[in-house]
Amino acid sequence: MSTLLEVSRVSKRFGGLQAVDRLSLTVNEGEILGLIGPNGAGKSTVFNLINGVYPPDSGKVFFAEQDITGGPPYRVCGHGIARAHQIVQPLGGLSVLDNCTVGACFGREALPLAAARKVAREVIDMIGLGDRAGAPAGSLTTAGKKRLELARALSARPRLLLLDEVLAGLNPTETEGMIETVRKIRDNGVAILMIEHIMRAVMSLSDRIVVLNLGAKLAEGSPREVADNPDVIAAYLGDSKLLSAAEKPA
Amino acid sequence: MWRRPFPWFIVAAALLYALYPYFADDVGLRESLLLAAVYIILASNLNLMIGYAGYVNFGNIVFFGLGGYVCLYLVTALQWNVIPAALVAGVAVSALALLFGLGILRLRGAFFALATIGVNQAIQQLVVNFEPWGGATGIYLSLDSYGSLGGPMQALWTTYLLIVAVTAASLLASYAIRNSKFGLGLLAIGQNEDAASVLGVPTPLYKAMVYSASAFLPAVAGGLYFFKSGIIEPTSAFNLQTSIEAIVMVMLGGSGTILGPALGAFLYEELRGFLLTAQSFSQFQLVIAGALLLLIVQFVPGGLLGWLHQHWPKTRRWLE
Amino acid sequence: MIGILASVIDGILIGAVYGLAAMGLTLIWGVMNVINLAHGAIVVIGMFVLYTVANMLGLHPYGAVPLMIVFGFVVGIALYWIGVHRMIGRPELMSLLSTFALNMVLIGLGTAWWTTSPYNVQVSMPGVSWRGYTFTGTHITAAALAVVIAGLLYLLLYHTRIGKAVRAVATNREAAELCGIPTTQVLAMAFGLGVALAGVSGTLIATMFPFTVLSGEAYQLKSFVVTVLGGLGNPAGALMGGIALGLIEGLATPFMPLSWIPIVEFGLFVFCLIAFPRGIFSFTKA
Repeated sequence: MSTLLEVSRVSKRFGGLQAVDRLSLTVNEGEILGLIGPNGAGKSTVFNLINGVYPPDSGKVFFAEQDITGGPPYRVCGHGIARAHQIVQPLGGLSVLDNCTVGACFGREALPLAAARKVAREVIDMIGLGDRAGAPAGSLTTAGKKRLELARALSARPRLLLLDEVLAGLNPTETEGMIETVRKIRDNGVAILMIEHIMRAVMSLSDRIVVLNLGAKLAEGSPREVADNPDVIAAYLGDSKLLSAAEKPA
Repeated sequence: MWRRPFPWFIVAAALLYALYPYFADDVGLRESLLLAAVYIILASNLNLMIGYAGYVNFGNIVFFGLGGYVCLYLVTALQWNVIPAALVAGVAVSALALLFGLGILRLRGAFFALATIGVNQAIQQLVVNFEPWGGATGIYLSLDSYGSLGGPMQALWTTYLLIVAVTAASLLASYAIRNSKFGLGLLAIGQNEDAASVLGVPTPLYKAMVYSASAFLPAVAGGLYFFKSGIIEPTSAFNLQTSIEAIVMVMLGGSGTILGPALGAFLYEELRGFLLTAQSFSQFQLVIAGALLLLIVQFVPGGLLGWLHQHWPKTRRWLE
Repeated sequence: MIGILASVIDGILIGAVYGLAAMGLTLIWGVMNVINLAHGAIVVIGMFVLYTVANMLGLHPYGAVPLMIVFGFVVGIALYWIGVHRMIGRPELMSLLSTFALNMVLIGLGTAWWTTSPYNVQVSMPGVSWRGYTFTGTHITAAALAVVIAGLLYLLLYHTRIGKAVRAVATNREAAELCGIPTTQVLAMAFGLGVALAGVSGTLIATMFPFTVLSGEAYQLKSFVVTVLGGLGNPAGALMGGIALGLIEGLATPFMPLSWIPIVEFGLFVFCLIAFPRGIFSFTKA
């Protein structure tokens, strides 16, 4: 597997807070990399640095061997990276179909309008929003908006998909469905970097996991390795000594 | 685009609008229709900024005024024919707008809006001090200038027809842009600029392009209009009040639609005409426009067309 | 050289009043994310209040100052309910147009009532002489009052319960609501405060210079330049920005015709916005 995304020693400071501290990670083609860590660990910031919302103070980001450090976001998108945000950002006044058409028009393939609309249709049907295609995006339920967020990112036919807590706020059935969808996306050849808190999902989906704490990499490895890592447990639960009394995660 | 009925409808309406007063030889009607046509041009081009990209260009009148000046200068100082002069004015002003746009479009919301007012005031001030363009007195056209169009009487009709053509072009351009990839990108920017950027829409370029595009036809119209008037001077060329009224027209008719601004311009002109004749109301023009805008923005933000679309969804298809 | 220094000092005095005006603008923005395009009209209201009080009612001119603060507060709350309340939370474009519409109505009414002729209110205050230059008493008094009012605002915001409520709503409206703060009323009051500040700055300006119904536009631009210098949402920065602008004007006035000054300010405005998006003096508010 070749390296698709390479984040190399990036750092970002906001005033007195070192949000990301000399972080390096890679995502290979066709893999799902889970990015986990306690709240405030800097995960969304890492996404913002990758996709060019703001530049890192130091360090570089490479995608398919090309330097994409610093953005701007529309240029990063053109390279083939798409993002589904944690706080959904629908283009409320436009229809569901139009939302995804935007994704298809301005993504990596830069399709003309008619072709883009066709791609958008396919993606919307695949993701289950087919019956709401003409409805304004603002009228969807929260779960619907989350699916739209994902559909829109997929319409750009990215090579790498950044998923920011796509499972948050879903009920168990919806969660199962989403996990299946994510797996299907990967099987279609899209690499995925996902931020998630739902451990069950992360453990079952990820090929590898990177654990972030206080902006720096705490651990990296297969799901099993990470789950058994005492530093990781301490970061989440606060005290490794507690573990002798408690059960280890299954 | 020409395979759909709507553009043909616009062409047909424009032909009717242009030829009816011509064949009826009704000068009074021509004059009031001319004014309405100019307002439709201003409103529908402004709509590209407000309704599509979501940027309020308070100083939109600057394109009209500058276009007028460039055209009249070419006609008087360089003896050009008005038609190429007006076209060159359009190109020159939209090129300038592209340049300015790249700068001031980095500003968001109210700052952009204020910057556009500043641009208008600054250019007005510059023109007042610019001797080659007549300074504070402006440029006068002698009657000979109309020779190229067959004399003054004929020229009045010809410019009317040309202005109606520009009006039709404005509406057709609105339609073409709305149904293009460029238009979709603009609409995305208007909904959520940051999200649009993440989705790959090249926001700085598109914003500058629409600002420039929204300058072209008003500049051409300005050239034709002031040619017909025979005089241009700084106060009327860069009249901020007209600029503001254009905004009210867009919001009244329905921003983001094709016919909305045209409808709004037409209705507003009628309303204004009615108010002006009622002597006591003439002072309150601004107040009424303001109150109208306030009501629209608060209760019917989609304007007339938006309201129609909401209550009778079928109208969405044919009344764009 | 002394002449330039005198001009600069005078500029700083006037700048304090600019700062006061800008504080009104920036307070409203900071609390409710609305940029008040009726700001200029409100400054004009302040000017005509002075005229009414001093020339028509024959009262002491500086009596108009506390009057305007109260009147401005009431007018501000009314304007909030008429034109701003429904715009909160809607796209910025809408609140821009709404406050702009209010501006049109106010200026339109003003023009109908007072026409666009210039007005002047004579206020006599003893000046201060120094090295052959006299600093007009009105300028000194206006600056002093501006600083006092700014100080009162600081006390209000940081040492009263109401002030705390305002700051809470400015930081996080939902959380403030959950704490039991009646946020809608707080927003109305904050708007009232902002209008009061803008209005009273107009009153102070009218003690110094002649004015017309259309004067507000120039002061609105100045206020925007100041908020850009000081950072939006930052009242302390606004005061400093105002003084900075006054200083710049003081430096520029001996060297250029009056009609060019708004253009220079506009250029400065655009330059600062592009070069310093967070404001030059911004401390905390991002």
